[in-house]
Amino acid sequence: MTTKDAKLTKKDFTSDREVRWCPGCGDYAILATVQTLLADLEARPEKTVFVSGIGCSSRFPYYMDTYGFHSIHGRAPTLATGLAIARPDLDIWIVTGDGDGLSIGGNHLMHILRRNVNVNILLFNNEIYGLTKGQYSPTSPMGSVHKSTPMGSLDRPINPVSLALGAEATYVARSIDTDRKHLSEVLRGAYEHHGSSFVEIYQNCNIFNDGAFAAVREPGQRDQNQIRLTAGEPITFGPEGERAVVAEADGSMRIVPTEEAGDRVVVHDPTRPEPTTAFALSRLAPSPTGPTPIGVFRSVDRPVYDDELRQQVEAAREQHGEGDLVELLESGNVWDVL
Amino acid sequence: MSDSSTTERERIQLSSAVVRFAGDSGDGMQLTGDRFTTQTALAGNDLATLPDFPAEIRAPAGTLAGVSSFQLHFSDQDIHTPGDAPDVLIAMNPAALQKHLSALKPGGIVIVNTDAFTDRNLQKAGYDESPLHDGTMTDYQLHEVPITDLTLRALERHITEGQLNKKEAERCKNMLALGLVSWMYSRPITETEDWLETKFSAKPQIADANVTALRAGWNYGDTTEAFAFTYEVKPAQLSPGRYRNITGNQAMAYGLVAASVRSGLPLFYGSYPITPASDILHELAKLKHFGVATYQAEDEIAAIGSVIGAAFGGNLAVTASSGPGIALKTEAMGLAMITELPLVVIDVQRGGPSTGLPTKTEQSDLFQVLFGRNGEAPLPVVAASSPADCFDAAIEAARIALTYRTPVVLLSDGYLANSAEPWRLPAIDDLPALSEDFSFTTEPNLPDGGFAPYLRDEETLARPWALPGTPGLEHRLGGIEKETETGHISYDPANHHAQTEMRYARLERIGQQLPPLEVVDPSGEAEVLVIGWGSTEGPMQAACHDLRVRGRKVAQVHLRHLSPLHPDLAEMLRSYRVVVCPENNMGQLAMLLRARTLVDVKTYDRVTGQPFGSTELAEVIEHLGWGEQA
Repeated sequence: MTTKDAKLTKKDFTSDREVRWCPGCGDYAILATVQTLLADLEARPEKTVFVSGIGCSSRFPYYMDTYGFHSIHGRAPTLATGLAIARPDLDIWIVTGDGDGLSIGGNHLMHILRRNVNVNILLFNNEIYGLTKGQYSPTSPMGSVHKSTPMGSLDRPINPVSLALGAEATYVARSIDTDRKHLSEVLRGAYEHHGSSFVEIYQNCNIFNDGAFAAVREPGQRDQNQIRLTAGEPITFGPEGERAVVAEADGSMRIVPTEEAGDRVVVHDPTRPEPTTAFALSRLAPSPTGPTPIGVFRSVDRPVYDDELRQQVEAAREQHGEGDLVELLESGNVWDVL
Repeated sequence: MSDSSTTERERIQLSSAVVRFAGDSGDGMQLTGDRFTTQTALAGNDLATLPDFPAEIRAPAGTLAGVSSFQLHFSDQDIHTPGDAPDVLIAMNPAALQKHLSALKPGGIVIVNTDAFTDRNLQKAGYDESPLHDGTMTDYQLHEVPITDLTLRALERHITEGQLNKKEAERCKNMLALGLVSWMYSRPITETEDWLETKFSAKPQIADANVTALRAGWNYGDTTEAFAFTYEVKPAQLSPGRYRNITGNQAMAYGLVAASVRSGLPLFYGSYPITPASDILHELAKLKHFGVATYQAEDEIAAIGSVIGAAFGGNLAVTASSGPGIALKTEAMGLAMITELPLVVIDVQRGGPSTGLPTKTEQSDLFQVLFGRNGEAPLPVVAASSPADCFDAAIEAARIALTYRTPVVLLSDGYLANSAEPWRLPAIDDLPALSEDFSFTTEPNLPDGGFAPYLRDEETLARPWALPGTPGLEHRLGGIEKETETGHISYDPANHHAQTEMRYARLERIGQQLPPLEVVDPSGEAEVLVIGWGSTEGPMQAACHDLRVRGRKVAQVHLRHLSPLHPDLAEMLRSYRVVVCPENNMGQLAMLLRARTLVDVKTYDRVTGQPFGSTELAEVIEHLGWGEQA
């Protein structure tokens, strides 16, 4: 049991349940980062709720010593929306995956983002169905050879960041499971953002899809390929900053040697009201096998659905007074029988 | 319009009357029926209505598919049905006549709008020649009234002064018809005049045109010699009290608000629009000042998901749909069942299967809500039996949900949803005090200071309801099988069996704590029992009444609770020689009763999208109850 005065530690956010992800799974790193971060943020366990769907990532709530709800496949955003409307005092986190959030639950993801419900969404992207033992997912590259696609997958993968930006999500970021510092920063931003925060986390499934994110995750490659987005900074990358992102006349973006870029280098501004530039950035890397932006793509303020819904309730009370049941039942035509 | 302007004409006293307005979807028949209903309620009659309209918003004009009708039964007696055969049919076009004439009582009155009987319209209605003069109408009292023309003449000034065009003027013809029928039945029209002026306050010229047409209709009846009689149905001797008219969907919305007030919990209503449930959402959206949050979700699944989230957060959480939407909610209902959260799932049933008959009534979702979930997922199911009863049924559903911490299915149907009846308003203090049926858990429930979210109350077998935000009671819920008491994930075989039994035991506990079954048997000697559930109550009551008048000793029981069944039910059924169960499905309750009681329940099943008629049921009960003896 926690008390309000004590300084909390990671332990206060760690449940007594044995963690049962496969040894070596990227989920362990994310769990540890989240537990530590919440303590650092001085979040309250009793005010924190983790809601998940189905999949490996969706076991996450069981390992947090907070309130939690392990719901059904794809539907975590729906439960979280109802809870957010009912309870403005809570910090609500959704943990989902590429299958849960983008396939069976893609519809709900779009709607929670467009509404800008006050929740933080962590989408663990491992480009594979892990819990059902290795079928391709909506983020798997075309031609992926897995159990259900022995001749290669045919469907074009979706880019989760592009999708979120297309739904005009107000906070959109990407990070990597094992990059604790970067992930913490991005999640801190999500926590502090009022409205829907969407964070795609590249998460390695070492059993069914090992090395999917090697280009941006492994030492030796990541320095070449991580395009770290920093607000207010020109977007350059590489060990010596030797490559740069420039905008083309058609609105798309392109990578060029920094020395050729001159003053055309895009200066990152996640607060631009229109998601267009952020979207163009997200298209730089259709899949994370080469140079890939990580960090905060977009962070803007927009009215929050659940706030506005509650404001309508208050406005109705101001207009009509607190509801009176007798008055309601007698509204319209009444007559008395003696 | 005052009575003093009425010329002397014989006024015939009637005990009851059944009037049916029928016309094209665009003719405003539902509105006309609603207005006539309100006027009739204010005249103090008991009444019941049956709106019947196509699923298409605007089917091709003049076709049979586009006919919309509204039937009203009103009486100086206590009545239970919208009436079997109409005494009066108002047919605004040939298609309306074609579709509804056969329902009329022999010798009944037909008022037709002759202006609509054009060759083109006759053809669309399937008439080779006009039925008005080919002998078709011989058995009826036909009144040919040029309703459109009269309307245009009445509004001539409005048209010439440019206040409205001819098309707009024609649209007032339903008010002319209403004025005429109001005159026939001595119904004051002042209330409708006021209503029109309020409704069209932003367009006073439209209000004025409608009022003018309404009065013209009255005056037409009053001044022409076409109608020899007027009729009067005296006020009914209803129980003392204050009354209003109410439809099922409106009563449902009010019942949910009452449950919110009486439980002290904010009402959260998440739903996705679907016929015939949407009006509950519309009603509740107007009642935000009661602290009601209405959420129009992106789909049926999101609607119930939001409700589960709101219930977890401590709200009185409700979703509603019809059969197709309930099918989509199925998996989430299972989740709510295993996580034992209190919520109400309303199924306003319509004709099925699949998209079925969206605007018609049926009782065929009983098995769906009882059994339509994966695994052993028993849920309480309650049913409303009349439009006004939707109010009480909503409160009862909320009571069970809150007391036992379970999703509860509440069944209504398309007939209840849209039909109206007078409702004696309850005293608020007499409504169940739902706040006494539950409390939020705020303290640890284990000796070591820990919290076990599935440690049950001994009396109700309900688990604790501990809300997020409560320090020290942090816990995780989910759809995976739970360990007894701790609620931790458990794959233990014996635990799964024990938990399944527990979920049935909790359901049975609800039944054990119900008040006794109420059987209506004035004779106390009946050997034939009629049993039913839902909207068939009215026709069954009326049928039993008719049979008793004819000397038959018949008992009636109507089930509020379909799951669990009342523990005394089996013994009760066994005490009758014959048990008859009429349903608007293919025998679902009957099959359940047979399985649970081993009583050979006789069935009468009909799925036409229309409620039973009382005459029809009386014949059926007579035949099944006594036919073989005779």
